[in-house]
Amino acid sequence: MKPGLPLLWRKTKERYNLVGTKCETCGTYYMPERKICAKCRRKGKIIPYAFSGRGKIFTYTVIRVAPEDYEFFVPYVLAIIELEEGVRITGQVVDVDPESVRVGQPVEMVFRKIHEDNPEGLITYGFKFRPVA
Amino acid sequence: MAESIGIVGYGVDVPRYRIKASEIARVWGEEENRIVNGLGLSEKSVPALDQDAATLAVEAARRAVRHSGINPQLINSIFVGSESHPYAVKPTATIVAEAINAAPVLFAADHEFACKGGTAGIINSYALLKSGEIEYGLGIGTDTSQGSPGDALEYSAGAGAGAFIVGKKDVIAEIKGIYAYTTDTPDFWRREHAIYPSHGGRFTGAPGYFKHVQSGAKGIMEKMGTRPSDYAYAVFHQPNGKFPRTVAKQLGFTPEQIAPGLITPLIGNTYSAASMIGLAATLDAAKPGDKILVTSFGSGAGSDAFHIEVTDKILDKRNPLPVLEVIKHKIYIDYGTYAKHRKKLIM
Amino acid sequence: MRKVAVVGVGMSKFGELWDVSLRDLVVQAGVEAIKDASLEGSEIQALYGGTMASGRLIGQEHVAALIADAMGLNPLPATRVEGACASGSLAFRNAYFAVASGAYNVVVVGGVEKMTDATTAEAVTALGGAGDQEWELLQGATFPGLYALMARRHMIEYGTTEEMMAAAAVKNHYNATFNKYAQFKEKITIEDVMKSKKVADPLKVLDCSPITDGAAAVVLMDIETAKKHTDNYVEVAASAQASDTLALHDRKSLTELRAAQIAAREAYAQAGITPDKIDVAEVHDCFTIAEIMAIEDLGFFPKGKGGPATLNGETALNGTIPINTSGGLKACGHPVGATGVKQIVEVTWQLRGQAEGRQVNGAQYGLTHNVGGSGATCVVHILKKPN
Repeated sequence: MKPGLPLLWRKTKERYNLVGTKCETCGTYYMPERKICAKCRRKGKIIPYAFSGRGKIFTYTVIRVAPEDYEFFVPYVLAIIELEEGVRITGQVVDVDPESVRVGQPVEMVFRKIHEDNPEGLITYGFKFRPVA
Repeated sequence: MAESIGIVGYGVDVPRYRIKASEIARVWGEEENRIVNGLGLSEKSVPALDQDAATLAVEAARRAVRHSGINPQLINSIFVGSESHPYAVKPTATIVAEAINAAPVLFAADHEFACKGGTAGIINSYALLKSGEIEYGLGIGTDTSQGSPGDALEYSAGAGAGAFIVGKKDVIAEIKGIYAYTTDTPDFWRREHAIYPSHGGRFTGAPGYFKHVQSGAKGIMEKMGTRPSDYAYAVFHQPNGKFPRTVAKQLGFTPEQIAPGLITPLIGNTYSAASMIGLAATLDAAKPGDKILVTSFGSGAGSDAFHIEVTDKILDKRNPLPVLEVIKHKIYIDYGTYAKHRKKLIM
Repeated sequence: MRKVAVVGVGMSKFGELWDVSLRDLVVQAGVEAIKDASLEGSEIQALYGGTMASGRLIGQEHVAALIADAMGLNPLPATRVEGACASGSLAFRNAYFAVASGAYNVVVVGGVEKMTDATTAEAVTALGGAGDQEWELLQGATFPGLYALMARRHMIEYGTTEEMMAAAAVKNHYNATFNKYAQFKEKITIEDVMKSKKVADPLKVLDCSPITDGAAAVVLMDIETAKKHTDNYVEVAASAQASDTLALHDRKSLTELRAAQIAAREAYAQAGITPDKIDVAEVHDCFTIAEIMAIEDLGFFPKGKGGPATLNGETALNGTIPINTSGGLKACGHPVGATGVKQIVEVTWQLRGQAEGRQVNGAQYGLTHNVGGSGATCVVHILKKPN
């Protein structure tokens, strides 16, 4: 099932620019954003924070059987990236031979197509990662 | 002193994937040497499965913002020229505006003028600056164009984007004059819903490219009272490696003047981005006081010409990611993978 | 709270059942369970149904009412419970509370999923709904992919190998050869697993549980009523549940399911036993790595030793702690909403000595471990043979 249009649109800033939040009280970063600090609760002061997009591969897999609307991209590398701010986020690693990917590899954010519904449908854009050259 | 308007930052993006002309020639039974010598290029860039004109534009624009050092919220106009906008209806400019955090208060539109929609975008932002409506403006040329399988264009149609921020503060290269030359000349076109373009074969040469590039270049030199020898560098639209060399010679420019900006032989024709990536590479190499002549070309047909003078500021504000650095990371693919990347496979 | 007993169990055949509908499946399992309990439908006082994705898979919501209707149990109160692949256990747990609280004395639990009416891609996408739609699925994640991300960490942190994971699948396929309800009856080898098609590296197709149609049902009674009604009951010694972050990337460790550890700890406390007292366990092996993490999280093996233990046969039918005697999700099949209930059915059979060729002799305590998604919901039950 494809995600609804408002669901995609609502998170445009977050997905285009890797924008999450930061608690000014305790300094904890959140990506995806959290509106309440899990540590400080009501004492926390949450502000938007744009992550640098630099990080390292914490773990990865090569997706060879894809969900609907991702079939054309196989094989593709899916990873959990540990950003330099310490937060982890799930994303694809592109411009890379899947066999050469390694845990700990430095990556940087890139702006890519996430998926397209069909030739006549909506194109979803957002962050992915690629190895730092 | 008169107010100076010019380039305050620029960036380019080129996909990492490459296919060699020899690999395309192998599939169609062509002689590699004939192709390479005929077109003056031996390989071209190919977009990844998840790259399109919008993603390339965003990456180029982000690099331009980084280079300029300005707050993107101060960019009040974005014009994106492309002949391969991802949507027929739905602007690329809005995607770029949001992705570089320039939205929401800005003038934005998409342009299409074959290979010169990008320079048209610079001119629009330049005009808004000159009229005092904006603080900074952005012009982008971006394309992931296709040539019909087996057609001569298949060997040259590459992918890339160039983005230029223009403003009045900390200008690294002043735009001292602009000129444009336009006629209705159908040398190359693509109808709505058509995947591949059509062209007039040899007709694209003399009445198309050469007439308009020559007229544009001569027009700006006449306007500025300059001669080819006044310019340190010149950049001409480069659909292949051969045409810009020929037109430079016809106009009286030396091979050295066009050398730094001749990028198509390395990455193929990036259409709306071609003359802009050429200008970016030239600025990477330029020094204060250098005069640069730029003439883009768009089929259909027309040319935009610029007289640019490099300022002292360039010494403190060198492009952190030069064109030659961007294009040196390459992943070679075969024709089968290329066909997948270019969606020549029907699933 | 009153003590609760399982007095009847039943299940449908598990597999690709092209000629059977969701209605047919629940009727088969439900009728068998009520018959096994020696009850009439009219004696059942409430129904809890577990299904994960019937809306996505066959366009049918409102499944509890459908089950009551199909089984002729109207007008009893019928409630659907959803917790991804743990829906079955959650339905069981809610039925358990309904009886323990004294609200009802006799309650039936049904778990069902009709999966093969959808295409494989549709089923994969529907199951993906158990993850974080916005921040995992949209990035191109699949369920095998999420477990593969965990497997990679387990390999790095503990030296677990693909062969160790494969050994779990080999064992479960072997166990399933003794289970007439199981989807797969073929023995496989480690080499078969290693050579099977890669799905999400390092997981291969034989590391993954299949897409399955099936249903399972259980009848619960308060223990005093049960004692009067039958000699053939088993006692629910513990029911525990915990939750964790929906998305994997928000967890500190990817080599364990913290919610499973917490639920297990609480379950052992409720039952007043330690893990070594468990004689047989049905654990959630949606992927082979999940079984290895499960037997560590449940305290059967120290952290990091689940892989070698599996390879050494310690979890086999004749091992120190037989795991997934039914064949598990891997070989018995994984009709997601039915799985948690089927685990109760298998453990009940084991404690009653009815597990045929796969019987664990003298089993006193049996445990079920059911996971929703990649571990955001974990449910652990302990069943006990009455003294």
